[in-house]
Amino acid sequence: MSDLLEVKNLSMHYDTLDGNVDAVKDISFSVKSGESFGLVGESGCGKTSVAMTLLQLQPDNSVITEGSIKLDGKELIGLSENDLRQVRWNSISIVFQGAMNAWNPVIKIGEQIREAMREHYPENSKQENIDKINELFKMVGLDETISDRFPHELSGGMKQRAVIALALSCNPKIIIADEPTTALDVVIQDQILNEIKKVQDLLGLSLIYISHDIAVIAEMTDKIAVMYAGSIVEIGPTQAVFESPKHSYTKALLDSTPSIRGEKKKLQSLDGEPPSLINEIIGCSFSPRCPSPSSSCKNQSVEMGLIEVGKDHFADKCCSECV
Amino acid sequence: MSQNILEVRNLVKHFEVSKSVFSRNKKIVKAVDGISFDIKAGETLGLVGQSGCGKTTTARSLCLLDPKTSGSVNFYNPDTKSMESIDKIDEDGIRVFRRNMQMIFQDPYESLNPRWTIKDIIKEPLDIHNIGSFSEREDAVVEILRTVGLTPPENYMSRYPHEISGGQRQRVSIARTLVMKPKFVVCDEPTSMLDVSIRISIMDLMLNLAKELDVSYLYITHDLAVARYMCNRIAVMFNGKIVEIAETEELLNNPIHPYTKRLISSIPIPDPSYKREQYEMNFDELDNIIQNNPNEKMVNIGSEHFVATHETKDFFIES
Amino acid sequence: MENQNVDRDVKAAIKKNWRLFKQSKIGITGLIIVIFFGFLAILQPLLFLTNIWDEATYHPVVGYDAEKISRTVVECPDQYPTKEYPTREDCPRVDEVNIRYLKAFGIEAEVGDSYESNVQPAPPSSRHLLGTDSLGRDIFSQIMEGSQVAFLLGLISAIIGVGISTLLGTAAAFYGGKLDTYLMRQSDLVLMLPTLPFLFIISAFAELKVWHLAIVLGTLGGLGGTVITIKSQALQVKVKPFVDSARITGGSKRRIMFSHILPNVAPLALLYMVFSVTGAIASESVLSFLGLLNIDMSWGIMIYLSQTEGFIFTGLKYWWLIIPAGLAVTLLAGGFYLVGRGLDDVFNPRLRRR
Repeated sequence: MSDLLEVKNLSMHYDTLDGNVDAVKDISFSVKSGESFGLVGESGCGKTSVAMTLLQLQPDNSVITEGSIKLDGKELIGLSENDLRQVRWNSISIVFQGAMNAWNPVIKIGEQIREAMREHYPENSKQENIDKINELFKMVGLDETISDRFPHELSGGMKQRAVIALALSCNPKIIIADEPTTALDVVIQDQILNEIKKVQDLLGLSLIYISHDIAVIAEMTDKIAVMYAGSIVEIGPTQAVFESPKHSYTKALLDSTPSIRGEKKKLQSLDGEPPSLINEIIGCSFSPRCPSPSSSCKNQSVEMGLIEVGKDHFADKCCSECV
Repeated sequence: MSQNILEVRNLVKHFEVSKSVFSRNKKIVKAVDGISFDIKAGETLGLVGQSGCGKTTTARSLCLLDPKTSGSVNFYNPDTKSMESIDKIDEDGIRVFRRNMQMIFQDPYESLNPRWTIKDIIKEPLDIHNIGSFSEREDAVVEILRTVGLTPPENYMSRYPHEISGGQRQRVSIARTLVMKPKFVVCDEPTSMLDVSIRISIMDLMLNLAKELDVSYLYITHDLAVARYMCNRIAVMFNGKIVEIAETEELLNNPIHPYTKRLISSIPIPDPSYKREQYEMNFDELDNIIQNNPNEKMVNIGSEHFVATHETKDFFIES
Repeated sequence: MENQNVDRDVKAAIKKNWRLFKQSKIGITGLIIVIFFGFLAILQPLLFLTNIWDEATYHPVVGYDAEKISRTVVECPDQYPTKEYPTREDCPRVDEVNIRYLKAFGIEAEVGDSYESNVQPAPPSSRHLLGTDSLGRDIFSQIMEGSQVAFLLGLISAIIGVGISTLLGTAAAFYGGKLDTYLMRQSDLVLMLPTLPFLFIISAFAELKVWHLAIVLGTLGGLGGTVITIKSQALQVKVKPFVDSARITGGSKRRIMFSHILPNVAPLALLYMVFSVTGAIASESVLSFLGLLNIDMSWGIMIYLSQTEGFIFTGLKYWWLIIPAGLAVTLLAGGFYLVGRGLDDVFNPRLRRR
């Protein structure tokens, strides 16, 4: 199976008054058709920047310095706004963080979804669109009458489901979900995650799931990449990364996640905070906080790069040389 | 037999909400609808529930930020060595109360006054209650900064909140709360806005301080995994009522109430090979049962494990 | 030891805010204008003290200096053109004076006589940078005097106004209830009041000097709409967790209001203060122009005099009597406004460009 989405050496920085903020550094990954890919990291690691860049929705002051994003073989960077509009929603769509608040409060839900559909399927009749929406609503567990309601009449969970329906409305091949359930109760989150899985199986969709919640990533994804300070420090099949994490940061992340099952063990914590992305980082970005740095990490002269540590499992060079 | 620090019986907090500008009928929102629990000295009780279940309202009522509608709250007065009702507190009593009951907030960015220095923020409780001389207060601040891990303290004393990170700010909140060595602290989701990898350090700090200073916590959270790490006992809240309360491991391994079961089964496990069991339940049905049987008699099913039965025998069918 | 730390923090805070302010071109422009006029205000007494300027000549109110010029008396003919004068406008020439003009003022003279008079108002020259007015007083000196008046008036009224509105606004937010209702209705009343006519009425009853005007303007401003804005800001601060924290700790109401809420409302109050200076300066010039104020000299008075003496209608012929004063009012009032906009960028981070 060929790759549906292929990202190679993507680098992007923001131009700010204080200097260049290197948000994304040399990121490469690929997602196959029907696969779920997880992007894990904490605040400021760059995962939302990656999400925005995939859709070419990055803010005005951001500059892509190198790399390529190929969707179904077609290069996305450098496309004109018109061409991009064809691609967006039709081939790749996104469920934002706080997407519940992305609804226009004065327009009915159904109408807003139809607006997106009209953009991509101008030859559809209104009834065809309505039928399609009803179908989508059924898939995500919403009642048909929701179409005629205004956003403020729905609960948080309903709005989020509607957002998923909106993301599916133009038959994309791949959906990016950026922390779609952060603000929701855990019971509703469970329901929505189930809906997403169901829809994915039904339609053969690919999914890029972005979150800081290790547990959700564990359940939702086939392959994950761990991000820190703008780079990917470990990438591989979810099972393999959880069973034998190779990078110190991955280990720290997994060791600091409490769980309601399993032995009640003492958890490890990290000190300090992520490095500022304005100053150029030489060597391993994680070494100041690494619980067990080697002598070569400490003098920051290690050349970085991902090397293979298992089948399809890659980790940052410095940690694979540590014990 | 350890001393009770706090005894809450049938705490009720109602809010009046008018339906519209012109309507005279006021709708009553029963945010907290009759909850009861005890907390012993040195113990941490977790209050777990989803948003809107009433846990923050409970916290605010206990700390006297918003007056309760009805119910009794007795706290332990270390001076008189007896339980006193907060209704009967006079001027002096309030001071003692305030010294012994504190709260840590969720948002590290909004819980410190941006115009005050760290030193002033931590010193304020001592100033308000006139504890010690000026130099003694400064020493106390230095001491507590060291205890919460902000070393060297001199580096932090004259800084402002916006100059330090979220985790450090939360440590300052903890320092301020504990500088007077209170007996009881309400913690309103203190780590939910922090990065995952530093949450543990804050929680460990709080656990250590609990042992060292013999403080009891009421730990409010929506995350059962966090509650498991922090708490000796957990109370599950739903729609303003406590539906189950038991020791942590007992609750997680042997939940009885349908809501607890549903809650536990919804939580994702950070282990890709773990297969979660789904627990289906109709929430509306549950809501109905609870509404129709407001006197949820709490039944002790053994070893201090209490479950609300809503006086209906049907309740235990699925257990 | 503690004072050192406090100073260091204040300095650090000022440095940071200055850096932000510098980035606003509007603010810097405004600041330059304000500093320029401030310099003028200080310059005048300095010049007198150091005797560079002689008070008898240069004092804005009682100084006097006029050139004497001598002109020949002629009689202008009735019919034009003549051999000497091509058109009517050419008679009398600059160095001549028409005998009929003198006769109209009851001055005896014969054709061919030399008539001496004083040039007042005199156009700008090396002695008087902006010329003199109809009473022989140096215009530049008057501008500087006016600058002093403007600053005094502006700053005093602004401080009074902001002081009142901050206290009232914070109290309304904090105590709520009847106090709040009363203060809001009071603000509504003051807002509805047309300020200028009200000032006219006051000036009819009392002689308004600069101080009096400052207090009146300050009080009016302080009781008006600013109270509402400050109150809304105070309300936002009141519900923040750190205020709850102070309440739980046992802080008294006074402590919470003064130590917690007020300092967080102060930046906004400072902003409004700067804007209200603009209004104060403009109000003064209008009131002086209408002759309602009892001030010896100000920019408004300068324009007032030009108008009552009829020079305004002469077009640009006596430009130095009108333009410097008008420009000064506009520039300084505008300058303060621009400073306010620059400060807005500092205190309102959302307005800043990334």
